[in-house]
Amino acid sequence: MSDIRDMLVEQVDRLLSDRADPATLRAAEAGTWPEALWAEAEALGLPLALVPEGMGGTGLGWGDAAALWQALGRHAAPIPLGESMAAAALLAGAGITPPTGLIALGLPGEAIAWGRRAGHLALAPGGEAALHAPTDWQQGRGLIAREPADRPVLGAPLAEGRLPGAYGPDAALLAGALLNAARIAGALETVLLMTVDYANTRKQFGRPIGGFQAVQQLLARCAGEVAAAGVAVANAGRAADRRGLAGAEFEIAAAKVVAGEAGGTGAEIVHQVHAAIGFTDDHPLHLFTRRIWAWRDGAGPERLWARRIGDAALARGGAHLWADLTSRDEEPAA
Amino acid sequence: MPSLQFPLRDTPAEAPALRAELRAFLAETGRDWPPMVPAYSWMGFDRDFSREVGKRGWIGMTWPKAYGGGERTALERYVVLEEMLAVGAPVGAHWIGDRQSGPLILRLGTEEQRREFLPRIIRGEMAFAIGLSEPDSGSDLASLRTKAEKVPGGWKVNGRKVWTSSAHRCDFMIALLRTAPAPDPKAKHQGLSQFLVDLRSSGLTIRPILDLVGQDGFNEITFDDVFVPDAMLVGQEGNGWEQATAELAFERAGPERYLSSLPLLTEALNDLRAEPAAPEAVGRLLARAATLRQMSLSVAGMLQEGHTPAREAALVKDAGNDFEQALPETIRGLVDPARTPPQVLEMLGLMTMVARSYSLRGGTREILRGIIARQLGLR
Repeated sequence: MSDIRDMLVEQVDRLLSDRADPATLRAAEAGTWPEALWAEAEALGLPLALVPEGMGGTGLGWGDAAALWQALGRHAAPIPLGESMAAAALLAGAGITPPTGLIALGLPGEAIAWGRRAGHLALAPGGEAALHAPTDWQQGRGLIAREPADRPVLGAPLAEGRLPGAYGPDAALLAGALLNAARIAGALETVLLMTVDYANTRKQFGRPIGGFQAVQQLLARCAGEVAAAGVAVANAGRAADRRGLAGAEFEIAAAKVVAGEAGGTGAEIVHQVHAAIGFTDDHPLHLFTRRIWAWRDGAGPERLWARRIGDAALARGGAHLWADLTSRDEEPAA
Repeated sequence: MPSLQFPLRDTPAEAPALRAELRAFLAETGRDWPPMVPAYSWMGFDRDFSREVGKRGWIGMTWPKAYGGGERTALERYVVLEEMLAVGAPVGAHWIGDRQSGPLILRLGTEEQRREFLPRIIRGEMAFAIGLSEPDSGSDLASLRTKAEKVPGGWKVNGRKVWTSSAHRCDFMIALLRTAPAPDPKAKHQGLSQFLVDLRSSGLTIRPILDLVGQDGFNEITFDDVFVPDAMLVGQEGNGWEQATAELAFERAGPERYLSSLPLLTEALNDLRAEPAAPEAVGRLLARAATLRQMSLSVAGMLQEGHTPAREAALVKDAGNDFEQALPETIRGLVDPARTPPQVLEMLGLMTMVARSYSLRGGTREILRGIIARQLGLR
């Protein structure tokens, strides 16, 4: 499985390197749909990558998805491919054959990136999944990410189905949290690289600023946060493969918390090192950091997920804390 | 920039059975530990405890059976370590021997040294101290000056070592000493060698240094013409720096770099139930703990495969230290002293103080971040 994962991640990285340059990102923020990029993503079969082969997909798991979503984040991909993949996976899980084309993923209270381009919408509240074809979209724009962000006008669903128990009552929120955590982890990798590169070329006091310990200490801390976000996301993907989305609630919540915190700290550091040039519209840094900030809030901010973990741990009590932390990936002793 | 990778690891299939044994043992043995024990954990010292641990085969677990070892995997050993640390067991009397002195002797020691030292470490009978820092050589370790001069049959050692944990209770130290002058100031890493030093040698004086809690945890050791026999040289003369830095990957990688204050969370948790801010704060801590555990396991897996993940270990130690230092502060922000049992407040107070050592011991935060920065390609 991991060979296929590596190959797909490489494909996605290559596609986005070619097709998601800063000019495309800026045009997308101004409302121009990156049609060529979406068309190539479809040609690679990516929107249905998580759908079982019997329903026309590739049959990848959540761990593969997390790795692909991290790649989307590395390039601040200006298309809602991750959402469409998750939406298709949830529909398929409920026995509904996903339609082709962009499928929007509905999350409670959230506007939907590029909803206006989506032929269909998947909702998954309370362990049910429903396929809609919205009659209209109220168009808007994200304040921080600046992408088109729209709200659907719904008619009757085209299809409805019950999700198996492993998806739990919060399947869309969990998938959305994994998606946003993974994208943050990916975007952080990129801004760290950009910033190391900048620190090694920008000279002050006659030498690259990366030679100053004050700057080195900041970037080393940033590297620790980037690594933590990546590990938390991989751990969440692995847990969801093993135990389903609901069974991986702890790991997904932890990934959203850690990636969110890492996103905040990381963005703060990369902007501090870039200084004024990184605060300009011209510089591409904000194409990534604004998305990191927006993704922190997507599918619930850190606070929400931390409370879930904390409530469960407090209910279980101190005597179970360590045992619960270590038993998640182990078969109990006979 | 080759970024650092932390591939996920699973704990071994033996883990659940091993945990069950350890939890039974620790629940029984640790029944009456006062808060001071978990507050110091691997900086604590309890020979009886270490002998009991040795009897159960939990020291030198990965070493060859020929020396009394268990020939078990590094990840099984990892399970034992994390179980010990999760309850803050007083493992100091065997910790250094098991973690770095024993592995060093196994890797580079003579057959005679292996036969003499390893079985006694394994039985929990021989406690080791680390002889690195000196009064004028802390982070700039290679500038150390304690000198070993060649004399017939051995070496004559003069100088001072400092911050040596529990040295006054230990039996031997692995000391990094200067055996030849540095060829020039930029090559101070050359001319260093490692020795096994009997802490009861004549001419060797150990003066305990009280820490800020008031405990006699660490020491200053003065060498005044201390004779060390030739047979106590470890590895190659002049190769001490390389040997000692390879050891640091072991020293920095373990779960002791993020778990030091976890026993406080366990102890305090039930008393936080009425605090409205507790769920979020506890959730953030547990999200970090779970992630650090995966990072630490990943490094343990690299060690198991024979790699020397020095940079990965530096990163995990730095991130782990941040967590274990933040934990007591977070708990302090949540407890209501009027409604909190005295043993929880005592552990909180002790850990508030002891936590300062976390980002100093085994390499300061600033040194670790310097290592990470170089890995990133910053110069």
